[in-house]
Order: sequence, then structure tokens, then C-alpha cells
Amino acid sequence: MGDFSAETISHIDRKYVQDLLAKGERVDGRAFDEYRDIEIQVDVVAAKSEGSAIARIGDTRVIAGVKVLVGEPYPDTPDEGVTMITAEMAPIASPLFEVGPPKEDAIELARVVDRGVRESESVDVKGLVIEPGKKVYMVFCDLYTLEYDGNLIDACSLAANAALLSTKFAEMKLEDDEVVPTGRELEIPIKNLAVECTVSKIGEHLVVDPVLKEEMVQDCRLTMAVDLNDHFTAMQKGGGTGPIALKQVEEAMDIALEKAQALREVIFEATGRRIG
Amino acid sequence: MSPEIKPDFLISPEGLRVDGRRPDELRPIELEVGVLKTADGSAMIKQGKTHIIAAVYGPRELHPRHLTLNDKAYLRCVYRMATFSVPDRKRPAPSRREREISMVITNALEPALFLEEFPRTVVDVFIQVIQADGGTRCAAINAASLALADAGIPMRSLVPAVAVGKADGVLIVDLGDAEDKYGEGDVPMAVLPSTGEITLLQQDGSFTKEELLEAIQMGLNACTYIHELQKDALKRAYLRKTPEKEDEDEYEDDLETDLGESELPEEADE
Repeated sequence: MGDFSAETISHIDRKYVQDLLAKGERVDGRAFDEYRDIEIQVDVVAAKSEGSAIARIGDTRVIAGVKVLVGEPYPDTPDEGVTMITAEMAPIASPLFEVGPPKEDAIELARVVDRGVRESESVDVKGLVIEPGKKVYMVFCDLYTLEYDGNLIDACSLAANAALLSTKFAEMKLEDDEVVPTGRELEIPIKNLAVECTVSKIGEHLVVDPVLKEEMVQDCRLTMAVDLNDHFTAMQKGGGTGPIALKQVEEAMDIALEKAQALREVIFEATGRRIG
Repeated sequence: MSPEIKPDFLISPEGLRVDGRRPDELRPIELEVGVLKTADGSAMIKQGKTHIIAAVYGPRELHPRHLTLNDKAYLRCVYRMATFSVPDRKRPAPSRREREISMVITNALEPALFLEEFPRTVVDVFIQVIQADGGTRCAAINAASLALADAGIPMRSLVPAVAVGKADGVLIVDLGDAEDKYGEGDVPMAVLPSTGEITLLQQDGSFTKEELLEAIQMGLNACTYIHELQKDALKRAYLRKTPEKEDEDEYEDDLETDLGESELPEEADE
């Protein structure tokens, strides 16, 4: 996902990827606009987390876990709950990932996935209030990479959305300033859903869902979050310093609009919860 | 902390914005090159109430050394906000937002630079936000590319940048703080004017495909204008540094004579 254009890749490999693209082929035989196999499993951390999911795109795999805590609202939004998405490029997933505090690429990953969910107003934060100004639910969705073979952003977006959709948590109420459970179970109020679709620019070619080898030779990538109304709710050009022409941005947008539908369907089927 | 009030509307019934601008109107932009003496290159931008200073050091030796690139200079941009630049006091430590923005600014500037001219070195670009009132990453790019030019780093062109967005359903150019916070979307972008290619593109909010393409087109137009302002600022700075007309002529004459004389005997020897 990150900018591995600086990572070492042999000239032979680089040329191999480029030559194939020129012939209309990709390293793993896919069409330019074809995703690898996608699989989502939910409730993989059923005992301890309120919601969880593992999303796999080809050999890229991430796990998402949701914790729902009770806390105080931010002073400027007393009648809104809190959502937060974080991501860790754990070294377990790739020899390219290092131990230590998160680097720029990990920060970008988390922020881009968070923006996709936040800007689409997927989670109805007004529905996460226990007592306005006093207590609200705080929804933390944390992502850990398990295996990395390119396109972490899309995998993280799938896992985060699936985990949020499948989350069930105990309803709380305020009694004499004490937070006590009511014994009922709630779902996170979700009004919208935006999935992220990443298109990689390699020379003049645009390919969807790049594998690691393609990421290493890409000029840049464009990630787009598309919601239920086919609106773009987030976009990020990253993964390299190459520029991109407006015409290619438009092409990438068409690809994202088309792919978003299928990605949404995978999430709905895996979670058994349908939005919109 | 100065109180923040949400405006009743972002686009008035007359079709004007909170600060009285038309939808496609930029804020007043003030650019100045060479504002810091110690830096190899520097520039200041005031775009509305946004105020940013950028400084360039290098090409110079890179520390830590393991980051060294053997085929080109390492471009290191650091975007930082002053604690007093925003309504609440910003925590002094670099935030995740600042680190992401540093990275996208690097991506936006690098395609314009001939970094391969300086292998195994670093070009440092330090960006300090003095006052933030929306559009800081774009203003930072505007200033940083001027600072790079001022430092004499070989460049294909300057890099103009602008944020376009949507408020009350109207597409607008160069978002102010209120429009950024309460508007319906924000698309910061940067352009290489020579090819029209996009080097920075981010988006939040909600746009249809058509809206987004129109917004990007508005941004491209605004960038063309900002590019003129940048070139103008650069020329202004170097107009001051140009020696007097007479001195210049004398200097050039001497140079030509010297060269001519030194070449002649050498040829004769061979």
C-alpha cells in the first residue's frame, strides 16, 4: 500500500510487469479491471470484541476488531458519539514492514480508511448517545494487517465496514450518574456505506486492485470511496510521486463506480445486514 | 480560544460566500520570495488569513544516512502547524494529520524537481503554518515550490495548488476555514502547469462524478492563475537582486575577454 516504489525491485521484474501491461496482461493473469478473490469472515473475535471481521483480497489479509466503550462526548459535539478507525502495518504481515512507531504509510492507511467511513456519514453518531453532554458510545475499529500482497487500503475498508456492520453491543443507561447495562443488545446505527476502490497507474495503464509487484512499479495510486448513492466521499492520490492526468482520473472514477457495487454486495452477504 | 460560530449560510441568497467572494473567486494571495536569510531558499504566502512560511535547505548531506538514495536526492518535506495557528491550542508534537500532509506535499512537489541531479543528498523543505484558516496544504505547496526555486533546485516548473469544494450545493474555489468545516466537501489539488497533470488529489465530503470533474476543472483554472502569481513573485524577488545595468555590462565584457585570451595560447601549444 505504501510507497514501495523506493523499495528494491529488479529491473527485470520492473520491465516484466510493464511489458505484460503493454500486451494487455497482468502478472497474475487478471483483467485490468478485475479484483482478486475476495472473502470476508465476520465474528472472528466473538468472545471479546463487539464486532470483528477478516477480509482477504488474494494474498492480502487484514483483521478488524471493534470495541464499543462508554465515554464522554467531545465538548463541541455533546450530542454525538465518537468513532475512530486506526490501522497498524504489523510486521507479521510482510518483511517490508518494520517494528516501531507507525510510519507515514501506516498513518496514511488509517486516515484514508477512516475518511472513507467518516465522510460518508456511515455511522449515525447522533444515535450513539446515552445522555447528551454526559455519556456517549465510543466506537473504536482497529485494523491489523496479517498478510500483505498489495492493496491494503481496499482490504482494510472491507474489513472495517464488515466489522462495523456486524457489531453488537450492550445497551447502557445512566442511573444516578452510574452507567448500567439495560440488558438489551444494540447494533451500530448505520445509514450509509462507502467502500474504497484503489486503482493503480503504471505508465499509461490503469489497473484495479494492484498486487505488491504492481505497487512497486506504479507511478501512483488513486483510492476512491464510493457510497450507496454513487457519490464519491473520499479520495486519495498516493503510493508514489507520479502525476496523473485528468482523463485518467475520470477513467479511474468510472472503474470505482462500477466496482463499488460488487464490493458492497460482498460485505452485505458476509454480514447478513443490508443497508439502503 | 476564539469562539467559533457556524454561519447561517455558506452561500447567500445573492450567490455570494461568507466572506463576500463569488464561487470561483480566490482569496487575496500575497507571495514573497526570500523571506529568510539563513535558508538556501524561502518563501511566504498569505492566502486570506492563512499564513505560511516555507524554507528549503540543500542539497546537503542526508542524516540519517540509511535513507540515502543512490540515484537521486531525497526530498524531505515537513509540514508543521504552530500551536497558536488554530482556535484551540494545537498539541506541539507532530500529529498524524501533519505527517500525512507532509507526505502528500512531498508527492505533489517531487514530479516538478530534477532530483536525479543530486544523488545521495537531501533537499529539506520545512513548512511552518503560522496561522491556519483553511487550505493550508495547498498554500504550503504554493510557498514551498517558490522556496525550492529560490534555493536554485532545478525544476520543470513551479507547482500551483488550490482546494476546491462544495458549499450549500455550489462548487467553490479556494475554501476558507468555515467552508472547509461546514461545507459539503473539499478537494485539495496541485498541478504541473506544463503538462496539466495532477500531482496532489484528495477529497472528502460527498460529490457525484460530474460535480467532482467540474470541481477539478475549476481547480485547474485557478491553478493557472496562481501559477502566474508565483512566477510574478519570483521575478519580483530577483529583480531586486539583479545588479545595476552598467555593472552588469562591464562584468560580461571582462568575462568574454578573459575566456578569449586563455583559449588562444592553449590552441597554439597544441
